[in-house]
Amino acid sequence: MSDIKKFMYVNRKAPYGTIYAWESLEVVLIGAAFEQDVSVAFVDDGVYQLIKGQDTTELGIKNFSATYKALGDYDVNKLYIEKESLDARGLTLDDLMPLTYEDENDNWAEKNSIRVVSSQELAELFEHSDVLFNF
Amino acid sequence: MSILHTVNKSPFDRNSLDACIRLAVKGGSVLLIEDGVYGAMKGTNKSDMVTHAMKDLSFYVLGPDLKARGIDEEKLIDGIKVVDYSGFVTLTVENDKAQAWL
Repeated sequence: MSDIKKFMYVNRKAPYGTIYAWESLEVVLIGAAFEQDVSVAFVDDGVYQLIKGQDTTELGIKNFSATYKALGDYDVNKLYIEKESLDARGLTLDDLMPLTYEDENDNWAEKNSIRVVSSQELAELFEHSDVLFNF
Repeated sequence: MSILHTVNKSPFDRNSLDACIRLAVKGGSVLLIEDGVYGAMKGTNKSDMVTHAMKDLSFYVLGPDLKARGIDEEKLIDGIKVVDYSGFVTLTVENDKAQAWL
């Protein structure tokens, strides 16, 4: 297990309506525990997972949105959001949770984990990944 | 005779909302629930379709499902009414039957 691989997790489902988003989050954290190079992409309805202010109280189910804020602590700090998906849904970065990490190579400076990318940029990231997981 | 149509899928993931709007008859009601609530947002690729359909159909959206997904009511298309669970029951009673677009 000496080789570090580039893992790319691709999220395309909205939260709560199906179990995909939550399952993905669990698998992402498992991958991070094995100290792999983890990237997470949010495409299509996957961008809805990061909308701020989620409150599931009246549904009586777990609100797992806070878990995304913990990703930085597990060295999962490359979160790619497809711009085209945001645009189609009338969303901007302001609608999303701010997600950050502390950079150990830069005196623990707080940095942004979220990177908005174009479809083309995302396609290239997929090409340069070793393993792709789709949810 | 009137039908209460429920749609529980995201309009970006499935064509359930498209089919509902295409096949619902004037005077009917459409209630967006679960992932269907994304169809109630303004400024999306689907907003124009919904706005156009509102000439013939009454649109409702389930509040608790909006809240779970972090969607503010100010983000909704004007004219779509937010209902709670008891409002869902009222709509069910007021209409003759229900059609669930899955």
